[in-house]
Amino acid sequence: MEQAEQALAELTEISTQVEAAVLFDRDGAVAAATLPDASAGRFASTARALIEAAEQVRGGEVTQLEAATGEGNVFVVRDADRLIAAATGPEPTGGLVFYDLRSCLRRAAEKPKPKPKPKRRTKAKSSGSS
Amino acid sequence: MLAAGSLLGIGLYTKRGRKHRRVDLYLADGSIVSLAGDSPEAARLLPLARDALRVVHQ
Repeated sequence: MEQAEQALAELTEISTQVEAAVLFDRDGAVAAATLPDASAGRFASTARALIEAAEQVRGGEVTQLEAATGEGNVFVVRDADRLIAAATGPEPTGGLVFYDLRSCLRRAAEKPKPKPKPKRRTKAKSSGSS
Repeated sequence: MLAAGSLLGIGLYTKRGRKHRRVDLYLADGSIVSLAGDSPEAARLLPLARDALRVVHQ
């Protein structure tokens, strides 16, 4: 399983508040998602538009945002070139959701650990004297 | 009496919903900005958030 998919699987397992999430890059290319492909692409592009619009509104780099609509909340977190967007129901525990999303981004960025090489078996020298 | 109660309930529900509409922005310099749901800045951002939720729930 790819690192991004693994990280997202762990996120959905840990966080009961996250209804859907998508990992994508600055260009909007989806790396992993809990949604079907077409929906994941649209969710990612809308989330990207949201963070870009937020930067235009404030005139600075936005690293994370939470938009509470009343019907549900949208979270977007950025870490270098990677982004994660998530949807929750109304009134989630924002701090916890941000923490889980940042952890997910970090795990997705980690290089997969190489599998340990099997140890060579060496024949034990027989000490027997015949 | 019942109608008045219903209207009051609807009014309170709407007001509660408005109160919970907001956008919190965390900037790279460490500052946090909270935009009230009825502010012009939030009015630009909340429709995008609603679009995102629609994609999830469709």
